[in-house]
Amino acid sequence: MKSKIRKIVTFVEETLTEMGQAVNPPTRRAAAAAVIENPFAGKYVEDLTELMEIGEELGALLTERAVAALGISGPSAESYGKAAAVGENGELEHAAALLHPKLGTPVRKILGKGAALIPSSKKRGGPGVPLDIPLGHKDAAFVRSHFDGMEIRVNDAPRANEILVAIAVTDSGRPLARVGGLTKSQIKGEDGLR
Amino acid sequence: MPDVQVRKRVVTVEEIFHEGGPVAARPLRRAAALVVIHNPFSGKYAAEIAGFMEDLKPLGLEMAKSLLAALGGDPKIVEGYGKGAIVGQAGELEHGALWHVPGGYAMREILGGAKAIVASTKKVGGPGTRLDVPITHINASYVRSHFDSMEVGIADAPRADEILLALVMTTGPRIHARVGGLTASEIKGEDGLR
Repeated sequence: MKSKIRKIVTFVEETLTEMGQAVNPPTRRAAAAAVIENPFAGKYVEDLTELMEIGEELGALLTERAVAALGISGPSAESYGKAAAVGENGELEHAAALLHPKLGTPVRKILGKGAALIPSSKKRGGPGVPLDIPLGHKDAAFVRSHFDGMEIRVNDAPRANEILVAIAVTDSGRPLARVGGLTKSQIKGEDGLR
Repeated sequence: MPDVQVRKRVVTVEEIFHEGGPVAARPLRRAAALVVIHNPFSGKYAAEIAGFMEDLKPLGLEMAKSLLAALGGDPKIVEGYGKGAIVGQAGELEHGALWHVPGGYAMREILGGAKAIVASTKKVGGPGTRLDVPITHINASYVRSHFDSMEVGIADAPRADEILLALVMTTGPRIHARVGGLTASEIKGEDGLR
């Protein structure tokens, strides 16, 4: 592996009721996060290829972990998202190198299809910084019931020379979604949007 | 006593490979099961609350089982444990104390005769409050390599009228434990202390 991983953390959240109303079946989200060494910490490096390749590795590893944590098959996943927090000795562009060029292909391979853009967020921060991972339907970005977000954090990461990278996967939308818009039963699935 | 109403469940697993030192042959895993329940005593002083401990026992067992499942299902790999509670702001610290008996009972039941007291902590707090759950060896509280903790929390819990309950299990000593003291191999196992 190219990635030097210090730690992997998985999270599974299950919501059973909201405002006294049962959520049936419960909505479920999972996230898998890796804490890796930032090979470019503390210096300006023009060519970020190494981080792009690490992104490809982590795309597969973290998606597998998240799907396993939910106990579902990849293609039964409904929405997804990705995010990274770069430790203080790195730059935001390092998160971009991890997330954007190569990470998505293995994610889509495991989840099947994945025509929609994988929503993402990135930041620089210290240990314990919360990451709000945006979520959207994997086959049609406009499915309104699946616009969501998942907060995760790892109290001891990222250290100054590290990057925290996370992928979130769900088998459902928001609990008690009721603000209209495109529904998952209406997905055409041609352009990744509707 | 009132029914136990669960709003949300979260399971988190940390897998730690190193912390700047040699990569461990067997990574340390820490797992936490968190459940958000309605606080039936919120908003008023109730003199009699102790009966709720009995009501929480089935939930405790369910949480301990899910924790063990998240660690692979074999009770023999569990070496450390801890528990904690965060009471929403319309409740009192004493409500968190209701977790001592059912939380401890549940983990001992699942692990089959663990001897040491289950380390614990509690506080009152708002949504997103973090709790550092203390961890000690399951059979001998003085095993120095297993003094540990795991930070837990949920972004939207506890609401004012809720309690967040936590159980934690670990699979070994701190990843680079090297400050001496009683070791796991020296446990006598008579009093739960040494």
